[in-house]
Amino acid sequence: MTAPAPATGPANLVTVRGLSVRYGDHVALQGVDLDVREHEIFGIIGPANAGKTSFLRALNRMDEFVPRMRVDGNVTFAGRDVRSVRNLYALRRQIGVVFPLPVGLPLSIYDNVALGPRLAGTTGRAALDEIVERCLRRAALWDEVKDRLDGLGSLLSGGQQQRLTIARALSQDPSLLLLDEFSIAVDPVTTMRIEEVLKELRRELTIVLVTNLVQQARRLADRTAFFLGGRCVECAATDALFGGGARDQRTNDYLEGRFG
Amino acid sequence: MNPGETPFHATPLEQRRQLVQRLVRMLLLCVTLLLLVPVLGILGVLVFEGAPALSWSFLFDKPQRLGAAGGIWPALVGTIWLTATALAVALPLGVAAAIYLSEYARDNRLTRLINLAIVNLAGVPSIVHALFGVGAFVHFLHFGESILAAGCTLAVMTMPVVIVATRESLKAVPKAFREACWNMGATRWQTIWRIVLPNSVSGILTGVILVVCRAVGETAPIMFTGAVFLRLVTPETVFDRTMALSFHLYTVSTQVTDVPRAVPFAVALTLILVVLAMNSIAIWFRMRLRGRKKW
Repeated sequence: MTAPAPATGPANLVTVRGLSVRYGDHVALQGVDLDVREHEIFGIIGPANAGKTSFLRALNRMDEFVPRMRVDGNVTFAGRDVRSVRNLYALRRQIGVVFPLPVGLPLSIYDNVALGPRLAGTTGRAALDEIVERCLRRAALWDEVKDRLDGLGSLLSGGQQQRLTIARALSQDPSLLLLDEFSIAVDPVTTMRIEEVLKELRRELTIVLVTNLVQQARRLADRTAFFLGGRCVECAATDALFGGGARDQRTNDYLEGRFG
Repeated sequence: MNPGETPFHATPLEQRRQLVQRLVRMLLLCVTLLLLVPVLGILGVLVFEGAPALSWSFLFDKPQRLGAAGGIWPALVGTIWLTATALAVALPLGVAAAIYLSEYARDNRLTRLINLAIVNLAGVPSIVHALFGVGAFVHFLHFGESILAAGCTLAVMTMPVVIVATRESLKAVPKAFREACWNMGATRWQTIWRIVLPNSVSGILTGVILVVCRAVGETAPIMFTGAVFLRLVTPETVFDRTMALSFHLYTVSTQVTDVPRAVPFAVALTLILVVLAMNSIAIWFRMRLRGRKKW
């Protein structure tokens, strides 16, 4: 039942078939079929309670620590059914996650970024130094914090903490980065800086970008899916979708701000 | 608003609200100050009555005439032994249980039963703990009447306090920290060890303080499990029996004749000073930790 990838296009990194997510009796997401291709930014837009966050949670098996969350359907990541993965720790190392609210752990800035590599067993100081600098640079935070790497990451400003969170998510060289409304607690200038970072990152990894800002999806995403009420209404190339090519009237209404 | 009144003029309703607010504030302040009365009263009486008898030789000499004369050195040392034993047993077990309950246990019937048991354990009278200690530690585990048996009895009694204090401080660490860590591929234990526990130390130290306070002061649980009326040498192992300040206070107050009036007060004052001394270490640690804002 897996749809074949287009002959000319890149391979699929994530395929989702018949995905449903329930929290107890509440159905958050049902019947979602989607593919995320390698090295694309895949945008997901939609109003609150559309099931966007639940979609992300299903990708890296966060149902394991959300009580009463149940996932049905089929999700494959890099060709592997994520529900058959025993070693979830390895799965999560390959998938970076950034939440809406920045999470600077109460560790030093250095330790925040070195956490993942250390958990995975990297101990050499030189190797860690290299990872910390590289990730902080990629997250556009290095210049601001390079002189105070031993300061607490949790005491940085919101925008800095969010970039620290991104640096931490990049520290294990994930092949997939999940971003959940990352700009909610971030000022517009920092948001633009992070968006530039994401455009750069596209060359190295695949990004799923959930956003409540329609224009952010338009700026960044190669393809965009519109979620509404727990269903994926449609999914198309961003240019086509915003260029009036939406097949569903509800998509057009949302894009033009008639509800949401 | 009537013409001519500024927008900041208080209406009668607002005036009444502010009056009520001031009255409530005064009332709460008075009640709080009232709480100081017993504390200062106890300390005042102890210092006033006991200080004349308190001296270096009182602290460091052996008792004579069943405690009516001489000092309290064996009891002082015994109390420290008992408290340390209780702490050594209660702290690791209590913290371990709290970590399980807070970080691993799902909210099911068993967990709720355990939580209920902990609350009830905290409400069991100390003399009942003493009976349990005699049965479980002195006889069943063959510890005999010893510091070990008495310390374990004290530990069972104070464990709920450690568990509750630790659990609350674990819960105070934001869930977002844990999820961020799990999403980095950390196991639960790695998350606990690197993120949760280091930020819960102050709550664990609160548990330490509460254990020390109760373990130093309790008499009933140690009376039948390891404390003795008179033993002129200080203990050498946890299998020795020992004198203890709390028990000594009880005997010189009620069992021994011809005790100078100041002696029981001096023993009680020493008891409080021991608590303060032991706690001040934990309090100092906790203040240092609290001073640094982490998030």
